[in-house]
Amino acid sequence: MTNSFGKDDKTFLAKRYSAERRFKFYGGAALAITTAFLVFLLVDICRKGVPAFIEHHVSIPVLIDPAKVDAKDVAAGDFEGLVKDAIRAQFPEITDRVEKKKLVGLLSQSASNDLRQAVIDNPKLIGQTITSSLLLSDNADLYLKGAEADEKIASLDKLRAQNKIESAFAWRFFTNGDSREPEQAGILGALIGSLLTVAIALSLSLPLGVAAAVYLEQFAPKNRWTDVIEVNINNLAAVPSIIFGLLGLAIFLNVFGLPRSAPLVGGLVLALLVLPTIIIAARAALRAVPPSIKEAALGVGASQQQAVFHHVLPLALPGIMTGAILGLARAFGETAPLLMIGMVAFIADVPHGFTDAATVLPVQVFLWSDLPEIAFQSKTAAAIMVLIVVLFALNAIAIYLRRKFERRW
Amino acid sequence: MTLWSLIVLVALTALAYATARTKALRLRDTANAVTLHSLPNYHGYYSATLVFLSGLFGVITLAVFNPVGAWLMPAATVAICAVVGYASLSRIRSSLRARNKFEQISLYVLVACSIVAILTTVGIFASVALESFRFFSEINPFQFLFGINWSPTGEPASFGFIPLLVGTLLITTIAIAVATPLGLFSAIYMAEYASSDLRRILKPLLELLAGIPTVVLGFFAALTVAPLIRSTGESFGLVVASESALAAGLVMGMMIVPLISSLSDDIINAVPQSLRDGSYAMGATKSETITKVVLPAALPGIVSAIMLAVSRAIGETMIVVMAAGLAANLTINPLAAVTTITVQIASLLVGDQEFDSAKTLSAFALGFVLFFITLALNYFALRFVQKYKEQYD
Repeated sequence: MTNSFGKDDKTFLAKRYSAERRFKFYGGAALAITTAFLVFLLVDICRKGVPAFIEHHVSIPVLIDPAKVDAKDVAAGDFEGLVKDAIRAQFPEITDRVEKKKLVGLLSQSASNDLRQAVIDNPKLIGQTITSSLLLSDNADLYLKGAEADEKIASLDKLRAQNKIESAFAWRFFTNGDSREPEQAGILGALIGSLLTVAIALSLSLPLGVAAAVYLEQFAPKNRWTDVIEVNINNLAAVPSIIFGLLGLAIFLNVFGLPRSAPLVGGLVLALLVLPTIIIAARAALRAVPPSIKEAALGVGASQQQAVFHHVLPLALPGIMTGAILGLARAFGETAPLLMIGMVAFIADVPHGFTDAATVLPVQVFLWSDLPEIAFQSKTAAAIMVLIVVLFALNAIAIYLRRKFERRW
Repeated sequence: MTLWSLIVLVALTALAYATARTKALRLRDTANAVTLHSLPNYHGYYSATLVFLSGLFGVITLAVFNPVGAWLMPAATVAICAVVGYASLSRIRSSLRARNKFEQISLYVLVACSIVAILTTVGIFASVALESFRFFSEINPFQFLFGINWSPTGEPASFGFIPLLVGTLLITTIAIAVATPLGLFSAIYMAEYASSDLRRILKPLLELLAGIPTVVLGFFAALTVAPLIRSTGESFGLVVASESALAAGLVMGMMIVPLISSLSDDIINAVPQSLRDGSYAMGATKSETITKVVLPAALPGIVSAIMLAVSRAIGETMIVVMAAGLAANLTINPLAAVTTITVQIASLLVGDQEFDSAKTLSAFALGFVLFFITLALNYFALRFVQKYKEQYD
């Protein structure tokens, strides 16, 4: 049988149906590819990052020699010498100078510092031989984690065979500032820097953004002037973030003379960056409140402002909060504009105030990813994991708020 | 000290509110009971606003010009607040129209807040334009716009913009070529095929991808995707640069997928159901309806979404800083290393900056071009929708 197109009906239909199936398959495939990319990304980051949360120690007896550590001035004691002696004592057979040096190189510089702190806390240890957990260096740590090494480190294999190697959760990743030594580097400084920066950004952009949205949505007359503001806000939302960095550099640093690398300036720049996002979200939330609410308030004698601030704004608040959280997430993950205002310096200290030199978590990721030491690769991925956990938590809160307070009028 | 001044200011504002309100209450409750024009609360708000705004103005002036020693700042704040507070408190009478005055001030504050957005644009324009002007007084603009050699640190330095533009467009093209089919098909599937349960899972998933910071994607592009492409390419006997445009472009494309899909999703959903029903009634299958009815109706919106995506890709910084090259090669080979406008801005301005050298100023000229390109794209995206959008209602 043929149809009006002059074609065989059955094969024509079959062709159309298979085209239909193909089309649907493409749609599913596009989503599958996107999801697969996301999963691959997260798994890859976790696979690289998880080892950085583990650190290795060697547990060996250390003699706190009174000849090297003076009880009156413990802090000035030669703890590096003590640690060196202790590790050498484990391998009396090694006499070659170069080999000896390699042996000492297995330990982190932090090992002697940890020991010093322990003796300062408890001066009675002087003169005793204690079993101490000494932190290993990044290379030794990588070797123990099974990284491909150029040569076998026999001494480490021997220590492991003697059960003297311990592994532990690397708390110092969360309690240390940045360091040139991978095994000592932590993200505390960057986290505090992020917190200070984002605090400034949000405390400026949230009131400004909500006020601007309330004005534009509820009070502004419809004229050229408000049209200009509106177009301007939409454009601002699409300006590349790096341009905001140029603004910060030219205006805040060069004209106002604010300090470089400070969370204050970073916060100002990020506030301007997220302002359009917050205004747009807040306007949408205000628009979603039906006009009847405002009219009812006006009807019983409220002034315009009373109607808006007592009735419309509280009802729009959940939507505004969702927008604010998404703006917060954006500010927390932003990197490029902060590079322009000098937040990329190496800063080992944890910042104490809004004008101290600081860096933020995403910039820390960028800085570490550039370093040649292999151990920093893992640290970078670990820092990314922390960053992503915070961002996912923020997004989850936003989604939860939206679902919980979503209201159909 | 500024922080302390602000804390003092907030405390004094609260004090002004409480005192003014109490005074108004007492006025109301006296024996020869008078009717207040405004509620006692508004007397409180009025005084508090006056104190806060004048105090804030004082703190900002002191912080910027710093005429007094740092430790004097809180003291000066207290002095300003005390004077204004006393003046406003002494004016409280039953006839004071506190509510009207307060609402007038608060309206001005709202207007001022919405002007900040304008000031930001002016600030951006001023900062990039002024420094660019200084740059172009040293370098001929034609040499900049049409030169094919970019080496700001070379001897002699040359500032030809074309290799950067070509590199940027190459990476953007790859990204859009990846993102458009993926984003569009995702949107079609979500809008037309997926059940509402599936939508509830897929939408947050795409938002998750949209929320991943670009520095993370850059790390992924540089350390995972680029080596993967390189080893794959080399197994086919191709020469692949370790910082190939393809790696940066692919990952940037994945970054843009959620943008295109969420915008297109909204646009497809806005096409009226009656058009679909009409098409089904003629015996069209679902895919025929989508390709022949829904998509043509949604086309202006989709084109505008793609324009926004292009503008986003051109301005994206971290992925290319981490995964693309620094050397300005004039090539359209996706396996070679190219550099982009944003990479150059970042690399010129990170580290020491001397504002008298053409090298630093050239970053602002690049920023100016970038600002102009993205602004133009956004403008045309908007105009395109306005011009071709069909009204169905």
